[in-house]
Amino acid sequence: MPAPVEARGLVKRYGEIVAVDHVDLTVETGNVYGYLGPNGAGKTTSLRMLLGLIRPDEGAVRLFGRDPLVDGARALDGVAGFVEEPRFYPYLSARKNLELLAAYDAGGARDRIDSVLETVELTERAGDKVKGYSHGMRQRLGIAGALLRDPRLLLLDEPTTGLDPAGIRDMRDLVRRLAEQGMTIVLSSHILAEVEALCDRVAILRRGRVVFEGALAELRDAAGGFYALRTTDQARALRVCQAHAGLSGVRPDDGAVRFSGPEDAVASLSIALGEASVGILALVPHVATLEELFFDVTESERAAEPEPARAVGAAS
Amino acid sequence: MGGALTVYRWELRKLLSQKRTYIGLLFATAVPIIFVTTVAARNHGPEDVPFGRYVLQSGLAVPLVLLTFGAYWLFPLITALVAGDIVASEDHNGTLKTILTRSLDRAPIFAGKALAACTYAFVALLAMAVVALVGGGIMAGFHSLVSLSGTTVHPGRALVLIGGSFLVYFVPMLGIAAIGLLFSTLARNSAAAVVGTLMLSFVLQLVAILPGLGGIKPYLLTNQFFAWHGFLRVPTDWAPIGHALWVCAIWFVASLVVGAIVFVRRDVAGG
Ligand SMILES: Nc1ncnc2c1ncn2[C@@H]1O[C@H](COP(=O)(O)OP(=O)(O)O)[C@@H](O)[C@H]1O
Ligand SMILES: [Mg+2]
Repeated sequence: MPAPVEARGLVKRYGEIVAVDHVDLTVETGNVYGYLGPNGAGKTTSLRMLLGLIRPDEGAVRLFGRDPLVDGARALDGVAGFVEEPRFYPYLSARKNLELLAAYDAGGARDRIDSVLETVELTERAGDKVKGYSHGMRQRLGIAGALLRDPRLLLLDEPTTGLDPAGIRDMRDLVRRLAEQGMTIVLSSHILAEVEALCDRVAILRRGRVVFEGALAELRDAAGGFYALRTTDQARALRVCQAHAGLSGVRPDDGAVRFSGPEDAVASLSIALGEASVGILALVPHVATLEELFFDVTESERAAEPEPARAVGAAS
Repeated sequence: MGGALTVYRWELRKLLSQKRTYIGLLFATAVPIIFVTTVAARNHGPEDVPFGRYVLQSGLAVPLVLLTFGAYWLFPLITALVAGDIVASEDHNGTLKTILTRSLDRAPIFAGKALAACTYAFVALLAMAVVALVGGGIMAGFHSLVSLSGTTVHPGRALVLIGGSFLVYFVPMLGIAAIGLLFSTLARNSAAAVVGTLMLSFVLQLVAILPGLGGIKPYLLTNQFFAWHGFLRVPTDWAPIGHALWVCAIWFVASLVVGAIVFVRRDVAGG
């Protein structure tokens, strides 16, 4: 059984901008996969390539082993989803829109119209033209349109964007319910908390590149490990740390030396510092929150240097 | 094929729910009504159009006058109104991504749209013909018609010839529809595609009257709007009709193939 999503070396350029820059992505059956990144990171562009809406400049996509560029609509068998705001024919009612989509789907999609309307709580408004729908209702209708296909893989692009708090809660509950039913879900988001609440695996995207990929637990571990060291001789301490085996990401940081590494390496470091006649004033383990890590890998300029290898290295 | 027919049926349903559909049909039916009432009120037919002199003698001349009149902008406009919109409106509504992530390939979707645009052109032409015949009949009755060769044609026979003329007239309309579809696919903007199609049709008519360009005149799409004259000669002159068929086929196929290739390959990055 091929994986629901396997993307290799995806690149999409828009003139000077590299919207998606060599992205590899593997989503296994049953994953609720968070695709995380700030606005403009390339999430939507990636999902468009997965759905066969745009052609990658390089690389290839496989959905359950099928390539949308080679197999056309067949590659979307068992796949549903939408990018950005779901769009419908404004002059048709919600039900008519779903009937059209069901006709464009293979199989018994038409018989599911009532039940998907029920699922997204639009049954009562189904006769109204989509023209008069609020953003939240369109978002729900988008989910309904996707569920019509009875998908095994659901791709959702920031489905809570623009919703009010109740709408966000409902949408998250719905995604959770679908995941519990065994659906594989890829959920893009620029909000870490959302991914944290729903997903078991994440890829973090920054300027088109994946800067972290792994289980959420690994992300937490990666976020846990750095130390801040203050000594009587910071210059020498920095040199000792840089020479010390097992430490990574050594750099001066706000009057301290900052590094990460396993506990035994830190223990031997304290001895090495003593041998080098550097007095330790403070050696503080720092547990970064996910927010800080997210910020670190996505926005900090330092993260553009080889430094974020810390996060990626911890994952691989 | 089944996919294209599914799309076709839904495109027709969508057309029935859109205002512009009825605007085009309104043009197609209002023009003969305005024409007949004006002629009846002034008790005078147009002189410089084929069959114009006979509209008060036989209502059968009315649809034929309107065929000539409609070639300049009316039918190109009505055809372009829907053909130019049918892909671009998906861009406008952002619905391409919606329909292209279902189980149908892009080619049958394009084919269904093309079929719907052509059907619409046919319905508009038919509506015009029916209203023109009824209006002409009421005004002048269904009497014998004088053919372009000066012979008298009995009403029954004239009706058959009118039917044939409308069918031949529909052929260049198919070419316009294909161009509208191509522009709709390229421009991704409905107004631009409609205006572009109309402009092209004007340019072709302009080329036809420019001095020194007479040689290409027989191959211009808009020139085929007069091929039906062959039916109204005695004996029937099949040469312009056969010529129109293959010239229009080239315009039609070329526009449709280019449009289809662009549609199948293009990135759907909006919406
Ligand atoms: N159709 C397009 N034309 C030009 N640039 C685009 C297009 N689509 C996306 N981009 C650019 O690609 C980058 C990634 O965009 P996008 O995938 O929409 O990011 P996200 O969904 O993560 O917010 C952005 O810099 C955006 O401006
Ligand atoms: Mg986006």
